[in-house]
Amino acid sequence: MTDTLSTTRSASQERTKAIRAGLRRRHMSEAIFKGLGLAAIILALGFVALLFVDVVRRGLPAFTQSNLHLAVTYDPEIIDIEPAPVMVPGQSEADFRAANLKWQRDLAMLNWNKVIEASLRAAAPAGFEIESREILSIAETNARHEVRAMFVDDPGLLGQTVEVDLLASANADNWIKGNIDRSLGDAQQQLSAPARQLIDIFVENGTISTGFAWAIFTNVDSRAAPASAGLLGALVGTLYMMLIVIVLAVPIGVASAIYLEEFAPKSRLTDFIEVNINNLAAVPSIVFGLLGAAVFINYLHLPISAPIVGGLVLTLMTLPTIIIATRGALLGVSPALRQAALGMGASKTQMVFHHVLPVTFPSILTATILGVAHALGETAPLLLIGMKAFVAQVPATPFDQATALPVQIYLWQGNENRNFFEPRTAAAIIVLLAVMICLNGIAIYLRSRLEKRA
Amino acid sequence: MDMLANKIKTTQQSVNSAMNPLDALDRPIRLTARDVTVHYGAKQALHGISIDIPDRAVTSFIGPSGCGKSTFLRCINRMNDTIEGAKVGGTIKLDGEDIYDPSLDVVELRARIGMVFQKPNPFPKSIYDNVAYGPKIHGLARSKADLDEIVVSSLRKAGLFEEVKDRLNEPGTGLSGGQQQRLCIARAIAVGPEVILMDEPCSALDPIATAIIEELIDELRENYTIVIVTHSMQQAARVSQKTAFFHLGNLIEEGATEDIFTNPVNKQTQDYIMGRIG
Repeated sequence: MTDTLSTTRSASQERTKAIRAGLRRRHMSEAIFKGLGLAAIILALGFVALLFVDVVRRGLPAFTQSNLHLAVTYDPEIIDIEPAPVMVPGQSEADFRAANLKWQRDLAMLNWNKVIEASLRAAAPAGFEIESREILSIAETNARHEVRAMFVDDPGLLGQTVEVDLLASANADNWIKGNIDRSLGDAQQQLSAPARQLIDIFVENGTISTGFAWAIFTNVDSRAAPASAGLLGALVGTLYMMLIVIVLAVPIGVASAIYLEEFAPKSRLTDFIEVNINNLAAVPSIVFGLLGAAVFINYLHLPISAPIVGGLVLTLMTLPTIIIATRGALLGVSPALRQAALGMGASKTQMVFHHVLPVTFPSILTATILGVAHALGETAPLLLIGMKAFVAQVPATPFDQATALPVQIYLWQGNENRNFFEPRTAAAIIVLLAVMICLNGIAIYLRSRLEKRA
Repeated sequence: MDMLANKIKTTQQSVNSAMNPLDALDRPIRLTARDVTVHYGAKQALHGISIDIPDRAVTSFIGPSGCGKSTFLRCINRMNDTIEGAKVGGTIKLDGEDIYDPSLDVVELRARIGMVFQKPNPFPKSIYDNVAYGPKIHGLARSKADLDEIVVSSLRKAGLFEEVKDRLNEPGTGLSGGQQQRLCIARAIAVGPEVILMDEPCSALDPIATAIIEELIDELRENYTIVIVTHSMQQAARVSQKTAFFHLGNLIEEGATEDIFTNPVNKQTQDYIMGRIG
């Protein structure tokens, strides 16, 4: 009896020993795995932080801009022109319009740069020696158009002096922000020595001040006048495409997912379709661009470089994502709920629309918004349907030429005026990221709200 | 054996005082099943079940896990239709009408044969909406007042009204397990079914909630034909008038509950009731 007792005891001691020996190894591997996981997360977060810090550091200066406050004198000696035509009795409508057109043409022929030059010289210290070309390089090249436009609006300005805010040129802006190495020799400087000197004087006497760069949000892209280049056209183009994606991809995607998951008979055909949808989600986006160019532009003759085509291409690209996410959500609904509905005598359609969809709605919504956000950042397919063209207007309809935010970033990054466009590119990235974060924020907010209600 | 049988007998008599259990078998037949077979793909789950189910009485199906009792129950309101690859053979008639007839609408059938599931599965909606759902989709209420009345009377019949009358707009999922199951019963009753199928309705509930449901089942049998699948022999003995014992996809023995529990004819039934298989 004692014998058997002692053997069982020693056997159990053996077992405990064996378990303890293994235990250390098990804990060790767990610790290693945890450590690796933590390291991976820290690394990933580090890179994200680095990216954000870098983009913000480069992009923030672009949100400020140097403005010129000038007293512009509409000097009759420079603006040597007849008074604006007035309709006289007996004159026909056509004659008046012809006269008006001629007056505007004459106006355009005037050298408005002289007006700008005069006002710049007036702001400079008395006797400051600088050539016309040099002093004009301080103002942005579109300054003369603005001054002229004011005169066209109000010809009564002739002979008067008005306070006007104009943009400083991109080079001046760079000089002020310190993006240009001040120690470089004259040969390597974009601005001449007197111009650089005058800019510094202007900053000191308040003729040039720094303000928020509204141009980024209110202007379209520009190459001739970089300081006035803005994102408005790209923002509107992106907005149109997003609307098209939401209007087309969401209903089509959700409906096909519901049909495939709930109604379609399980057959070879549906299996084949399922495999292909999964494959489509993995197709490189540039291929969708080719498809869009071939089908929508070459075959359907939709306008090139238009948001309608971009929206359609992005719709095709987003569809598989939405279908897969929706099917996943539908699949996750507990069979108990389906049985409850069917057991009550609900038809299949009623089961889906009364019970299954409301439960899955938050996940479908989130997946959809993330899909749209993903499409929003897509660049490659848009390049292939011609959306990389330089477009200097806000598209009035989705059928007009336009660019999109990511394409605008691509275009600016490639611009030869590096010093100016590098911060602009970063600023555009910040705007794009802000739009994305807003979309994701909406997704998270809606999800938590809807889930609370359910 | 005798002791168990006696105990069951006394319990049953106390519950079934309203009706002599043997009378159940004299009642008109509501449902007739003949040679019902079910295949799940290549696997045969039921081997020719034939049974008559009496009107306004409780019929219980007992048997060990996987014996096919739930499968058979789900044939009665064609819930097996929803399972991929399930094939049902034989005939089941409700009042002489073949429920597998292609001309019969399964939606209508399920309105006539309600079902309560193993796990309480109220809709993630308010208590009111849970009960009102059936009448709404079947168009049974002509007005809001009509619907209100159906909801209240169904909750009353399910013995839940007093407990929830102040919170009809709160989610049904917030109730306790037993209350949820009674809500599911109220939901089934609201459509005015003729038959109510219950698939182990108490298996997820504690003893007190179980006792309340069992009392409820006993009350409901005055107006409804009830078929209940249960794991618990005591429950079958307490609530049912007719019992059928299933084993490995076969109907081994059926008869008045009292007979099954006191004088089982078949050896397998005896063994199961004695606790030797199961």
